[in-house]
Amino acid sequence: MQVTMTVNGTVYSREVEARLLLIHFLRDSLGLTGSHWGCDTSNCGACVVWLDDTPVKSCTVLAAMADGHRLLTVEGLERGGKLDPVQQGFTECHGLQCGFCTPGMMLTARWLLDHNPDPSPEQIRAALSGQICRCTGYENIVRSVRWAAEHEAAEAGNGIGTGTGTADAAGTGHAAGTGDAAGTGDAAGTGDAAAQEAPA
Amino acid sequence: MTAAHPREGTGGPAYGPVRRKEDARFIRGRGTFVDDIQLPGMLHGAILRSPLAHARIVSIDIAAAQAHPKVEAVITGQDLAGRALAWMPTLSQDVQAVLATDKVRFQGQEVAFVVAQDRYAARDALELINVEYEQLPVVIDANRALEDGAPVIRDDVEGRTDNHIFDWEAGDKAATDAVFAAADVVVAQDMLYPRSHPAPLETCGTVADFNPVSGQLTVWSTTQAPHAHRTLYALVAGLPGHKIRIISPDVGGGFGNKVPIYPGYICAVVGSIVTGRPVKWVEDRSENLMSTSFARDYHMHGEIAATRDGRILGLRARVLADHGAFNGAAQPTKFPAGFFHIFTGSYDLQAAHCEVTGVYTNKAPGGVAYSCSFRITEAVYLVERMVDLLAHELGADAGELRMKNLLRPEQFPYTCPTGWEYDSGDYPRALQLAMEIAGYDSLRREQAEKLANGEYMGIGLSFFTEGVGAGPRAHMDVLGLGMADGADLRIHPTGKAVLAISVQTQGQGHETTFAQIVGQELGLPPDDVEVVHGDTDRTPFGLGTYGSRSTPVSGAAAAVVARKVRERARIVASAMLEVSPADLEWENGKWQVRGDPEKARTIAEIAMAAHSALELPDGIEGHLDAETVYNPPNLTYPFGAYICVTDVDPGTGQVSLRRFIAVDDCGVQINPMIVEGQVHGGLADGVGMAMMQVIAFDEDGNCLGGSFMDYLLPTAVECPSWELGETVTPSPHHPIGAKGIGESATVGSPAAIVNSVLDALRPLGVRHADMPLTPANVWSAIQGRPLRTDLAIT
Repeated sequence: MQVTMTVNGTVYSREVEARLLLIHFLRDSLGLTGSHWGCDTSNCGACVVWLDDTPVKSCTVLAAMADGHRLLTVEGLERGGKLDPVQQGFTECHGLQCGFCTPGMMLTARWLLDHNPDPSPEQIRAALSGQICRCTGYENIVRSVRWAAEHEAAEAGNGIGTGTGTADAAGTGHAAGTGDAAGTGDAAGTGDAAAQEAPA
Repeated sequence: MTAAHPREGTGGPAYGPVRRKEDARFIRGRGTFVDDIQLPGMLHGAILRSPLAHARIVSIDIAAAQAHPKVEAVITGQDLAGRALAWMPTLSQDVQAVLATDKVRFQGQEVAFVVAQDRYAARDALELINVEYEQLPVVIDANRALEDGAPVIRDDVEGRTDNHIFDWEAGDKAATDAVFAAADVVVAQDMLYPRSHPAPLETCGTVADFNPVSGQLTVWSTTQAPHAHRTLYALVAGLPGHKIRIISPDVGGGFGNKVPIYPGYICAVVGSIVTGRPVKWVEDRSENLMSTSFARDYHMHGEIAATRDGRILGLRARVLADHGAFNGAAQPTKFPAGFFHIFTGSYDLQAAHCEVTGVYTNKAPGGVAYSCSFRITEAVYLVERMVDLLAHELGADAGELRMKNLLRPEQFPYTCPTGWEYDSGDYPRALQLAMEIAGYDSLRREQAEKLANGEYMGIGLSFFTEGVGAGPRAHMDVLGLGMADGADLRIHPTGKAVLAISVQTQGQGHETTFAQIVGQELGLPPDDVEVVHGDTDRTPFGLGTYGSRSTPVSGAAAAVVARKVRERARIVASAMLEVSPADLEWENGKWQVRGDPEKARTIAEIAMAAHSALELPDGIEGHLDAETVYNPPNLTYPFGAYICVTDVDPGTGQVSLRRFIAVDDCGVQINPMIVEGQVHGGLADGVGMAMMQVIAFDEDGNCLGGSFMDYLLPTAVECPSWELGETVTPSPHHPIGAKGIGESATVGSPAAIVNSVLDALRPLGVRHADMPLTPANVWSAIQGRPLRTDLAIT
């Protein structure tokens, strides 16, 4: 079957098998190998990408389900030669070691900060709780996301965030992180299951 | 928390928390992992695995698979036997089936290999292979493996009539027995360090590309030891070593999982030879968990002897070591139980003795593969549990008892009762610092207050000593390959440097820290030093990264080779400055005329001169380049003191891990940011092993930890915010005073967590429970019947 989707702002059309997983489509068909496959069971989150505006686990989404949608992968985080603050934060705070989980972690972190610009460490941990890192013990990932939050606030002239988590309820980020909704693939149909669930 | 404990003793302009060079590619999604490799005409392999733990193969019918339109080849054990490749040597002087020919011996064992045009078709074709099995009785419980009448797993070995692999002992049995006979107090405990799996986020895989014209074999592989792999491929496959190139690109975590050669690698190589095209094989997560190297599975009996006033006198242990169906433990060959016999730990004992018996069971092979420093994890767990049990018996405080028995600084270098020579340490200082950070006394007060209110809070300690950085090669080898590492350092005329090393990063940041080592020795900014690794065609021979050996061995090689360059530079500089080399001194990253900073030359200036028309002194042919092989004189002995605070709900068995304090001493720190990251990661591993992770089996040999749905790994919400501190006691024999750090926290932390939970449960009469301390296990322990966590036998 033919699928067409916009990945990081570029439109791609490809002939695919109906059963092809989105992660394999991105990696093997488009050559976007920044997203990784890690577990088959939606537990590890190495494959997290954005489907429209929601992080999903692309190992549990069919390429066919992304037909007609927008995707954001790690390759799209840097814009116009400028790193996303989340990318900078991971470098500044040693938020990665082997680098395998990093793309998925950063994409969920980006979603979290878009919905809660000043998350507490606990909120960051909850947001990332559907993803596994085997190297860092998570502490420096939390610091990395806080670094990004603080620098985005400073750039926006809002002052440095305190991490008190005063933002909206979406800041729990739980839906995004666990991918409970997003990872099932149902999200692919609606495109925003997690976003709908978060404010609840 | 780190900021509260300023770092000490890490002098030098190039040392410090330099941001990692590696990060630039990873944060952009531009790393190159094995599964990212795409070659023209590349095919995909998939492995058919046994659904049974023990069965004779009656027949294999591959006709339907071969007829699949996208299938290029189907390979069975019989095909491999025709090439003398059906069996391969393991790292422990056993053999392992590449593809089964006679019978299958564990669930998930490799039976056939399909090569197809894409990865989906390869999987489809597996479904078309029909294997007829004749089921055999299964042995899962190591305790039953040696019983009379137990089914013999390894009947491939002529004359074998049981499942016994080895008996091994260390220490002085008679002296230990005498100490125990005279002791006031003896405490004994059975304990299991259950089977776990390192589960790096990237599974194992390979891309094999055999060129039938040139005979060149190029293998991109998830390996922590590319040079050792090349030599083993040459020995296994009979291919000439100089025609084999192993490339270990970016590796998505290793933790020991990527030390051995797995059957899938051999199959991919054969697949490429058979088809004449590159073949990629990447295992899925279940294959990773069910068939590649497991870790631990030590059934231990410990005994500790002491005086009534709390002086520890002796320690002994008997261990039943479950090695699975093939003895594939990856460790120095002369040490069948790894370095377990460092089990006297950090204490001043009179005598110790341990015995280890290895057995076969119908489980996956492996045994030393999870940041364990060659079984020191098991050793530390044993001694630290025994010390806590002794404290329990004596009614002593676990912290005071440790402080009383720790080795004292003046005892170093210290030879322990089983023969290890600890290089340096100040143990009381580390424990004191950990107790200060924890606020130990106030925690104990809080614990007492909580208990009065019916709340169960635990405070657990562990103190560990590791021996890391194998060789020396006189004592330590892998299948005859001495455990040394090479380093080549080239200095370009512009003063930029390229260091080629034999170890392979899996996230440890070698490209950064090794550049810092060279930068420190030569007065260069680390950015001017490129580190090449992971390619046997571009790097010198060496044994690779595992057992925390990169900094102790290869880091030393980097420093030594840089010093060789520096000495060559000295001779060239003497010609430049027209003085004798003896009149030069190395100051501020330059060779300068003694006492005259105005007359000085940098490495960059000297490098250009070495390639110029300058008349060079004797012995300098025209460059500053140097090479070396570092054969360590001893292991390095990092140590640390850990404290864990937990709250346990006795109604549900739920453990809440409130705080974890870790004080580590790895000698001089090259990059404290990376050291901290290594500790953080190991602590999370400790949480996993102590509370969640176990590869268990049912009585039919079905693996119950075959996916991340069942093999539970800690996430950000199970891990507390780590509280770190450190002391710095340089290694006296390492060129820069550094020790290994990669496994310290994995080795040291499980005992602290278990001790903490059992400290909380002590008022409920619970003496011991095995890992993992899941809510069900803790609850059962409170009911007086802790679970046998490795078996699901009811």
